[in-house]
Amino acid sequence: MKKIRKEKRKKGISIAFCMAVYLFLFLPIFVVVANSFNATTSKPYLSWKGFTFDWYVKLWSNSSLLESFANTMIIALTSTLLSTIIGTLGAVGIYRYKFKGKGVINGLLYIPVVIPEIVIGIALLTIFSNTGVPRGMLTLILSHVSFCVPYVIFNVRARLSGYDSSIEEASMDLGANRVVTFFEITLPVLAPGIAGGALLAFTLSIDDVIISYFVNGQTKTYPLKVMESIKSGVSPDVNALSTLILLGTIGLVILTQSGILSGKHNKV
Amino acid sequence: MGTIVEMIGVNKRYGSNHVVKDLNLIVNEGEFLTLLGSSGCGKTTTLRMIAGFEEPTTGSIKVEGVPVEEKEPYERNVNTVFQTYALFPHKTIFDNIAYGLKMKKVPKEEIRERVLEMMDMVQLTGFEKRYPSQLSGGQKQRVAIARALINRPRVLLLDEPLGALDLKLRKQMQLELKRLQKKLNITFIYVTHDQEEALTMSDRIAIMHDGIVDQLDTPTEIYEHPATRFVATFIGETNTYDGCVTSITDGIATITLENGAVKVKCDESFSILEYATVSVRPEKMRFAKEPHEGFELVAVVKDYIYVGSVLKCIVSLPNGNGLKIERLAGQELPEIGSRIYPYWEPADAVLMHNDSYKIFKILDEIKLA
Amino acid sequence: MDGKRSKHEFRSNTLPAVVTVGPVSLLLLFLVVAPLVFVAVMSFCGTDEYYNVVYSFTAENYGKLLSVDYLKIYARSLLISFITTVLCVLIGYPFAYIIARTKSKKRQLLYMLVIIPFWTNSLIRIYGWRSFLGNSGWLVKALQFLHIIQEPVDFLYKTGTTVLGMVYCFVPFMVLPLYTAIEKLDGSLLEASSDLGAKPVRTLFEVILPLTSGGIFSGCIMVFIPCLGYFFVSNILGGGNTDMIGNLIERQFKSANNWPLGAALSIILILLTLLLVKLYQRLGGDMESLGV
Repeated sequence: MKKIRKEKRKKGISIAFCMAVYLFLFLPIFVVVANSFNATTSKPYLSWKGFTFDWYVKLWSNSSLLESFANTMIIALTSTLLSTIIGTLGAVGIYRYKFKGKGVINGLLYIPVVIPEIVIGIALLTIFSNTGVPRGMLTLILSHVSFCVPYVIFNVRARLSGYDSSIEEASMDLGANRVVTFFEITLPVLAPGIAGGALLAFTLSIDDVIISYFVNGQTKTYPLKVMESIKSGVSPDVNALSTLILLGTIGLVILTQSGILSGKHNKV
Repeated sequence: MGTIVEMIGVNKRYGSNHVVKDLNLIVNEGEFLTLLGSSGCGKTTTLRMIAGFEEPTTGSIKVEGVPVEEKEPYERNVNTVFQTYALFPHKTIFDNIAYGLKMKKVPKEEIRERVLEMMDMVQLTGFEKRYPSQLSGGQKQRVAIARALINRPRVLLLDEPLGALDLKLRKQMQLELKRLQKKLNITFIYVTHDQEEALTMSDRIAIMHDGIVDQLDTPTEIYEHPATRFVATFIGETNTYDGCVTSITDGIATITLENGAVKVKCDESFSILEYATVSVRPEKMRFAKEPHEGFELVAVVKDYIYVGSVLKCIVSLPNGNGLKIERLAGQELPEIGSRIYPYWEPADAVLMHNDSYKIFKILDEIKLA
Repeated sequence: MDGKRSKHEFRSNTLPAVVTVGPVSLLLLFLVVAPLVFVAVMSFCGTDEYYNVVYSFTAENYGKLLSVDYLKIYARSLLISFITTVLCVLIGYPFAYIIARTKSKKRQLLYMLVIIPFWTNSLIRIYGWRSFLGNSGWLVKALQFLHIIQEPVDFLYKTGTTVLGMVYCFVPFMVLPLYTAIEKLDGSLLEASSDLGAKPVRTLFEVILPLTSGGIFSGCIMVFIPCLGYFFVSNILGGGNTDMIGNLIERQFKSANNWPLGAALSIILILLTLLLVKLYQRLGGDMESLGV
């Protein structure tokens, strides 16, 4: 069967190509994971000196590394919470009400999305420094909220586009006021979009290097800590922490992709 | 009339799912053949195997006497009209219709000429520059047909092409398709689940059921002489009774049913004490106020349903089974609740072999054990 | 009657509109509009000898940006971004096509395997490349072991390394919009094309590419523009040999401390972005598909 053989060859090429791309995507991650088990103790910590779990133990006594990780988590959680609240309210408001300047707001939302991060970073830096806002945790959180909100709004808006507003009218017809209706009807229906937006905000915040780099002051986030130590050689305990974070990421990806957070049973 | 498509021992399996079972089908040149069946019966898969979108697991398909299993869809001289039309949304109507000719590298001038001629034939002149999204369902349908027909295929495959249209448009398109088919003298293989559509358009109908062709015959034969109980109930309305052949004289069998004996015309394939099914169309049913000779059925009139030109009469047999009788409206009818004696001309009913007697054998075996 | 009704609506809708849209408006005003306006203003300012910003109008910064050294860097930035974008399309398109056309169950797994690196910190992944490519890195060790090279070779600090890092960072940004576009592609159109006599290559150019061009355009926008500003990739992998506009801006704000000049550079980058986005919209690109 010539045709079947041809199909098989085509399939073989596809699989080989995919494997090559996945290898490309995962290669540096493997390197980081492998180096976290490297028994080397001399800079730049690259030559393989045997397998060890030592770095996973030493990690817990590297207080500046742990502090940077704690900063990252605090910033990510706070800015996710704030941007989710602001974004959800904003998406509902923009969708629901007619007001002057709606088009302007819609247009402005794309700015943090399309303008290169470095421009956003230096713009925030100049405004913070000229208004005398002390750079640190506060400016980091404000900055992260500013670039996360549009993504939350886009996610919630996608959910709203399939939303039948007559269910809200029904709720009010049955005696619920606006606030009760919002919490009883609007919010639960939009929940998957909100969860998706929040998740995106969280990952954007955790991953952010460029904007944080300009507005951080003396506060170090985890990526900035890594950046600082790259020139001198990154000690394997950083790899160890990165590996642990990777495990967390994988868990989160599996959780979302398997539909637990995307609300499969809650389709509009 | 020669053979144009031949399917020999074709099977299609998706994993453990046996969709088409040992199918043998011969399609004659120039005929309008319909594959009729409910969803999941394997009719679309059969069509897609002829088109080349699916490969048979085993068996052979020949078009014009040449095996085509090894050929890609673009190498086959058959074209398809898709259920969803599958018009290219980014191309104009002209470019959609011209697509096949462009692939064959037909000269530009000739393409233009043939496309315009085709558009005229399907009454779409003036729509050349429009895009599919600017057309109504019926117009899209015409484009899909024109796009396939312009290639002058030996066989045109149509997969429920009218499924998305409303009833009135459907009826109109049915006639138009039939007209095109006669005019161009192209073999049509048409897939539908709509029996009325199949009956009005087809030269022959293949009734598919569970991956098997139950009967392949002209519409009249299928309606008048269904080969299986499935065909009888699938095509049109019918009354069926299971019973046992108790005697055969001069080609007329007496069948004993739960509710009494009846008479049916039969052929030599039936023998006495065989389990069999009788099928009688509602319009062939008759009834009298006195018992009719050879028939022992007694029934009570339950209800009348008025459906335009005819009146449906629902009667019930002593065992509770319903029975449908059709009468032209305006005839004098017995009152609801009155007793009648249903009968029919033995030649108007069909006798079919019934495999379900096998259950009794199994029961017997269980009892013996 | 009409007037009465709208008055009523006005009264009942003002408060909820303010409550919902107010916060996001304030945020956009103070954290997006104001900073950018400020950058624009600063780009026309000068500095004193201690590099403090002096608020007086001058076009000097823009003049400096026209010097040959800078023009070279713009050209290099555009070239690197362009090569990166092209490579991302060449790798990303077939890849996205294969995963988007895989049968349902496996597809989810394949998609997940793209998301995992995408969600892992880009800096850490770039650092992984550095460890892999460096002169005592694994690639060199492997090549030495295989006797392909004798002496250690440093793969870092080359234009190619920067491009590799950029492609690496941005391939997922290309794959995701393409995946969405290809997944939406109706399979029966491909069958129709084949049925009408088109060989697979013809189907690719006549049907598949035109119908997924939206995904390609948005992928290109999402790769080309941020690539210009990803200074840390060229810092870490290019080591100052492959400076791009992003590196220039970074230096003005961090080490050289000439903020007005950096601001002017940023304005150039903004204008370039707006130009490309306009072009994207002209090509029929949809803004919504830019916010993955």
